[in-house]
Amino acid sequence: MEYEAVIGLETHVQLKTLSKMWCGCANEFGASPNSNVCPVCLGFPGVLPVANEQALRLTVLTGLLLNCSIPSRAKFDRKNYFYPDSAKNYQVTQYDQPSTREGWIDFESGGRLETVRITRAHLEEDVGKNVHFERCSGVDFNRAGVPLLEIVSEPEICSADMACDYLNALTDILVRGGISDCDMEKGMVRCDVNVSVRPKGSKALGAKIEIKNMNTFSGVRRALDYEIPRQIAAVQRGERLAQETRRWDDIGGITESMRSKEDAHDYRYFPEPDLMPFEPSDSWLAQVRAQVVELPLARKRRFMEQFQLPPSDAQALTDDDAAGNYFQRIVAGHRSPKTIANWVINNLKGKLAESGFSFGELQFPEVGIPQLVDLVEAGKISTTMAQEVFLEMFRTGELPGGIVERRGLSQVSDAGAIEALCRQVIEANPKSADDFRAGRGAALNFLKGQVMKLSKGKANPGVVGDVLERLLNG
Amino acid sequence: MIHRLRLAELIDKLSRRECSAREAMAACLLQMDRVDSQVHAFLSVDRDNAMAQADAADRALASGVTHREKPLLGVPIALKDVLCHQGQPLNCSSKILGTFRSPYDATVVAKLKEAGATVFGRLNMDEFAMGSSTENSAFFTTLNPWDTSRIPGGSSGGCAASVAANECFASLGSDTGGSIRQPAALCGCVGMKPTYGRVSRYGLVAFASSLDQIGPFTKDVRDGAILLQAISGYDRRDSTSMREPVPEYTASLTGNLRGLKIGLAKEFMVGGLDPEVDAAVKRAVRHLESLGAEIVEVSLPHSDYAVATYYIIATAEASANLARFDGIRYGARVEGSDPFQLNSRTRGSGFGAEVKRRIILGTYVLSSGYYDAYYLRAQKVRTLIRQDFLKAFESVDAIVSPTTPTAAFKVGEKSGDPLQMYLSDIFTISCNLAGNCGISLPCGFTSSPKLPIGLQVLGKPFGEETMLRIAHAYEQSTPWHREVAPLG
Repeated sequence: MEYEAVIGLETHVQLKTLSKMWCGCANEFGASPNSNVCPVCLGFPGVLPVANEQALRLTVLTGLLLNCSIPSRAKFDRKNYFYPDSAKNYQVTQYDQPSTREGWIDFESGGRLETVRITRAHLEEDVGKNVHFERCSGVDFNRAGVPLLEIVSEPEICSADMACDYLNALTDILVRGGISDCDMEKGMVRCDVNVSVRPKGSKALGAKIEIKNMNTFSGVRRALDYEIPRQIAAVQRGERLAQETRRWDDIGGITESMRSKEDAHDYRYFPEPDLMPFEPSDSWLAQVRAQVVELPLARKRRFMEQFQLPPSDAQALTDDDAAGNYFQRIVAGHRSPKTIANWVINNLKGKLAESGFSFGELQFPEVGIPQLVDLVEAGKISTTMAQEVFLEMFRTGELPGGIVERRGLSQVSDAGAIEALCRQVIEANPKSADDFRAGRGAALNFLKGQVMKLSKGKANPGVVGDVLERLLNG
Repeated sequence: MIHRLRLAELIDKLSRRECSAREAMAACLLQMDRVDSQVHAFLSVDRDNAMAQADAADRALASGVTHREKPLLGVPIALKDVLCHQGQPLNCSSKILGTFRSPYDATVVAKLKEAGATVFGRLNMDEFAMGSSTENSAFFTTLNPWDTSRIPGGSSGGCAASVAANECFASLGSDTGGSIRQPAALCGCVGMKPTYGRVSRYGLVAFASSLDQIGPFTKDVRDGAILLQAISGYDRRDSTSMREPVPEYTASLTGNLRGLKIGLAKEFMVGGLDPEVDAAVKRAVRHLESLGAEIVEVSLPHSDYAVATYYIIATAEASANLARFDGIRYGARVEGSDPFQLNSRTRGSGFGAEVKRRIILGTYVLSSGYYDAYYLRAQKVRTLIRQDFLKAFESVDAIVSPTTPTAAFKVGEKSGDPLQMYLSDIFTISCNLAGNCGISLPCGFTSSPKLPIGLQVLGKPFGEETMLRIAHAYEQSTPWHREVAPLG
């Protein structure tokens, strides 16, 4: 019998806010231990939480970007459990009335367009970090109280590849929306993976196995690559898998049991009495709605349709948001978007990378590249010359028209002028002329090169070829 | 005899420069030296800190600062050991906080300081405000200044006893189910629980967050109005504090009750009431009528469920609120082989029996499989109780009742029977569940021994003005508030 995996992901993402969820401490990575702390995020006696409005905004924004509905009332709850990294020994989270619910995410996976439904994206708080020394342990509470978004997918992912594609698409959206930097190295994204297996075609779900606290996407992939065959092998041996929580051992490359269903925590959720329910007003929601940005996949598809770009170009302009934005601005109304895309992707991005400048720091005005394309298309300069003009424009900020005129780079297309140059070259190279006439076509290229050299590169190469052929054959 | 002055009288004397803030503070400390070895109201006092504040107040007075600018300038006010005072010990009368000192001021403490008060002392209480007698303090039991064989009530027993014994001009306590009004009644002073959201809870160590409210203990109603004025108002640090404007409370003390309707809840006039308490309250009601109020019977049909509802909601919230006392970041610690053992050992030795009982109860009612039957149902009953009050307040301006079923009981009399102890809050608990305001003031004494009896006036949500007006009119036309405890 063939088996298939059923995977659901719970992704935790640190929100990009200036301050923490309940207090004014900086939400900042890398500060020295316990330097961004105060009585509130240390859970001192008597303190109260005050919700960070920007975090609430980013949560609702995430919901909008993930096609979720935004309930008119959300509330916070306490999730009770003891652990040394928890300052209050309960985590404030949204249990049964989250800020967003029931959305979906579209993404490309294995060359296909996939849709995975989002159960909910809710707001909670991060915990501190346990640090173990030789003879004792410490807790760094800098991270405690950092706003954390938990995005829960429906169990609609069916492979490790698809899980990674989902995660990449999700983090792309969050980065694009300004919701999180999603920097894995800084632990900004963490993931719990729920995976079960079932006979292919079956509708029933198998026993849910949760793999806790994965902090890299490659870890997710490797854990699934281990866990799915493990479960299938167990089922094939006739074992009954039971619901449990497992831990991923990144060094050993295996998952191992942490606790069974019987040992599962009873979190004793109840409404957080220190916070009022959150009921966003229409004007507040409108403000958040105004922050909605175009999603990467939607942009890619639009670039392909609107500008007839090949998928690779559209992808390149989607992956690099700034390049895509720049392209959009300069391409408006131009008849050759593909050529403009080429300039942005192949030339401009390279020069920016080389110089360390950003799109905002460009010396030349936004008409620069369209004007350059126009000059080439009008036959005023050759594509080779255009490269040189581009570099000068990039360096000085001067527009292509001005550069061409000032340096007299205008391409000579006048057949009369070119014919004079051609005659001169044929006269000076009788051997090559004879070779051509004898049927050695390569000789024409040599003669063309000589004409171009004589014209200092300004002659239109197409016209030169035509004239040389006519003269030699005539 | 400065220590016997009322707060308003002291303010008059200070502003007329007839006494100094230093003299006022010294008078309190002297009275403490005289009587606290019998009353045991204070856990500790930082005398140097208190005198330094008093001196600063005197300098301010000398430089021309008036009581119009700083209404409490130079007035010594003491704190229940559950309110954070920067740099001072904070124990909640528990062993678990060890040598902890608060690194910050509660909003009410900051407001008192802003108003110029000399904030001093740590007043004894039932551990984490759980109890009705101060017998649950991990340190010692406070005794009633009227009869030191008896309890002062609780949980804010130290607050009530210190005011009754004239060791301070006023104190701030907290009321979760009656913890201000019940000890005020038993010690013969005025204790007020403001409307939930009227006073910021920031810096009050939480027992039950949705029920807790800070309020004043004073020698009379006017003093209570003055203190309420100083501590009320929205605080951005407390999301449950309300943006309701703060009226001029003393302006409502007109002495006139004409046109007011006062409700008597038939459910509060039940058996189990001490006959002397019953008689005193009935006399008080007739007196209110003679002052011009119309007495109307009202019904609070769900009152019978208030105690049960309270002990589910309060303990559920407490079970989470007290989880932070784990020995990891602050307070006492008992080491263990891992964090889990450290946590359970620390809590096992740090908490007293009543606190443990309530944490276990609260944990139980929130547990998977029991939540709907207990916590959720209690929340629904709480809504019904709140609706009872709102409905009653449609026809009356306030409701009066006894504050407690009996006068102060003997030390040890109920400490072995938690349920009997819980029932001493039977008249005060609904007010916390409903979230409205309440005040207790003296309305007589038992004959032998002579023990104070309290009258409770319950006001509408944010109806403190009318509540104070009724309490003040009654008080000023009766002699009870002028009585001084033998140890006072």
